[in-house]
Amino acid sequence: MNFDITEEQQMIKNMVAEFAEKEIAPFAAENDLEEKFPWDIVKKMGELGIFGTVIPEEYGGGGFDYIAHAMVAEELGRVDSSVRGIYSVQVSLVALTVLKWGNEEQKKKYVPRLASGEILGCFGLTEPNSGSDAVSMQATAVEDGDSYIINGNKMWITNGGVADIALIFAKTDKNAGARGITAFIVDTKTPGFSTRDIHQKLGLRSSNTAELIMTDVRVPKENVLGEVGKGFKVAMSALDFGRYTVAAGCVGLAQGCYDVAKKYALERVQFGKPIAGHQLIQEMFADMIVDIEAGRLLVYRVGHLKNKGVPNTREVCVAKLFCSEMVNRVAYKALQVFGGYGFSGEFPIERYYRDARINTLYEGTSQIQKLIIANKDLGISAF
Amino acid sequence: MKIVVCIKQVPSTEARVQMDPIKGTLIREGVESVVNPFDEYAIEEGIRLKERYGGEVTVISMGPPQAREALKTALAMGADKAVLLSDRAFAGSDTLATAYTLSLGIKKLGDIDIVICGKQATDGDTAQVGPGLAQRLNLRQITYVSKIREINLKNRKITAERLIESGTQVVSTALPALITVVKDINQPRIPNIFSIKKATRAEIPVWGMQDLGGDPKDFGFDGSPTQVVRIFTPPPRQGGEIIQGEVPEAVAKLIEALTSRNIINL
Repeated sequence: MNFDITEEQQMIKNMVAEFAEKEIAPFAAENDLEEKFPWDIVKKMGELGIFGTVIPEEYGGGGFDYIAHAMVAEELGRVDSSVRGIYSVQVSLVALTVLKWGNEEQKKKYVPRLASGEILGCFGLTEPNSGSDAVSMQATAVEDGDSYIINGNKMWITNGGVADIALIFAKTDKNAGARGITAFIVDTKTPGFSTRDIHQKLGLRSSNTAELIMTDVRVPKENVLGEVGKGFKVAMSALDFGRYTVAAGCVGLAQGCYDVAKKYALERVQFGKPIAGHQLIQEMFADMIVDIEAGRLLVYRVGHLKNKGVPNTREVCVAKLFCSEMVNRVAYKALQVFGGYGFSGEFPIERYYRDARINTLYEGTSQIQKLIIANKDLGISAF
Repeated sequence: MKIVVCIKQVPSTEARVQMDPIKGTLIREGVESVVNPFDEYAIEEGIRLKERYGGEVTVISMGPPQAREALKTALAMGADKAVLLSDRAFAGSDTLATAYTLSLGIKKLGDIDIVICGKQATDGDTAQVGPGLAQRLNLRQITYVSKIREINLKNRKITAERLIESGTQVVSTALPALITVVKDINQPRIPNIFSIKKATRAEIPVWGMQDLGGDPKDFGFDGSPTQVVRIFTPPPRQGGEIIQGEVPEAVAKLIEALTSRNIINL
C-alpha cells in the first residue's frame, strides 16, 4: 500500500487551494447571503480547466486521476460547498456519466464543452413524489417518429435553473419497473422545458436548485443516453460518481470547519489562556481530527478503486455515509468551539454548519446508503 | 527572446520555522517548501515577457533535489524549460558562491537576453544574489523593478521603473540585462490544469559541478567567504516592573530604580 500523494495530485491540490482561497472564499459569504449564483467563479474555473481535471485529455480534460478529482472537490468544499456542488454535478453526475454511457458522437459533442465550462449540466432523477424510491418516477417519454416526447417534473435539481443540458430519466415503459426507465440528454432550450428556482434553502444558498418542468418536450432519439430501458443503470452509475465527490466535499468542508475553529481556539482567551488549552475543547479537536482523517482515507480508497476501474458501489456508499454524517458532527463541534460567536454570521462557521446539513440527504439519504451497503453484504434487498 | 528566471525554494512563510541552536541552521524537515514569493513575480514577469515579445522562458534553481518541486511550479505557471543545479559540492554556499554557481548554469544555457530574479529570498533576506549574478555574468542590472515599460529588441534596450525610497525611478539600459523584481510588478497567475499536466511530464535536467565546469574551490562551502557563526531566536521580552502605590512614594521608588541603574543622575 502506498499512502503518498503523487506529484501531480499535489500540484492540482495546491492549485485549487490557491484558487479557492483567492477567487472563491472572499465572495462566499456575500453569495450565500444574496443567494447569488457565482457565475464569475464558474467562468474562471472553466478557464483554468478545473471542470476537466478528471476528464481524459482526448475529451478536452486534464487526464488526472480520481484522487486528484476528489482533491478538487475537497479544496472547493473547504471554502464554499455551493461551488463544490456545482462542480460535483457538472463533472461527476453529468460529464463522467456521458463519458461512461454515451456513444462517441455524444461524448465528442458534450464532454469537452462540459470540461471547459462552456456549458453547464444538471441531473434530473428525483421528482416531487419520487426520492429514495427512484423507480416510482412518473416522468414519461413516449416514442414519436424520430423523437421521444417527455412529460414530467424533476425536483431539487442542482444547477437546474442555469444548465444548458439536463440528463433526464423518464419511463419509456410504465409497466417494466426499473427496466422501463431511459436516460436522455435534453437541451434545456427545447420548447416545453422550463424551470423554477427554489429559494430559502437552509444551505447551499449560492448554488442553484430548481424544479424542472417538462411539457411535451421533444427530444431526438439520438439523445438517448445508453440504451432504451437501461436508464436506471445509468442513474445508479452516475450516483457512484456523484456520491464520491459529495464524500470528498464533506471531507473538505469538515477541514474548513476544523481550520476556522482551530484559529479561533488559539486566539480566544478564557480563564487566562487560549481556549485551545482547555481539556474539553481539546477533546472536541481530537474527535474532529480522527473523524476527518478517517473520512479522507475512505474517500481516497474509493479513488484508488475508481483508478483501477473496478466496481466500487459499496465502498462509495460507505464513504458517502460516513463523510456526510461526519461533516455534521465536525460542524457541530467546530461551532461549539466558537460559543455564541458561532451562532452569528460573523464567522464562516455559521455558513459551514448550514451547508453541512444537505449531505446526509441528497444523492441518497444516509438510510438509503445503509440499505445499499447491507444489501451488498447480505444479498437481500430491503427495497 | 531568451528569458532566464532564477528561483529559490524556501520554507513556506506560513510555516513556523525553527532554528537548530547547535548547528545554527534552519530546521527544514517537515516544513512545507514553496517558491520564494518574490521569485513568483519573477516567473510571472518572464512569462508575460514571452507572451508580449515571443521567445522562451527557462527557470533555473540551485538547491537540493527537492527544489525540483519549485521548478515544477514554475513550469506549471507557463515556463518552458527548467534546470536544477544540484550537487553536494554546492552545500554551504553563501551569496557569492551561489551567484557563481548560477552564473555558470546560465552561461551553459547559451546567449540570453534577460535574467529575472526576485528582489530577495524570504529565508536569507540578503538581496545579494541578483546583483552578484549580474556581476559574474557581466550584465547590466536594474534592481527593484516595479514595471517593465518597454523592451526594444531591435535596439536591444530595456526601460523599466524601479522602486526607490523617495519614489519611482525610470531607467534604461542595454540588453542583455539582469533585473530583480518587487511585488508591485504583477499578480502571479494560478496555473491551469493543462500546464500542470505538462509540468508533471517535463524532465528537469540536473547539472552538478562536473557539468558546470568552473573551479572546485569557488563552489559551496569552500567558495563562501562568509559563514554563519550563529543563528538564534531573540529571547522573548521579559515583563517589566510595575511600581505601584501612591504617587509620591512611587515616584521616589522610580527615581531610586533609575539612579541605581545609572540611567539618571539627579
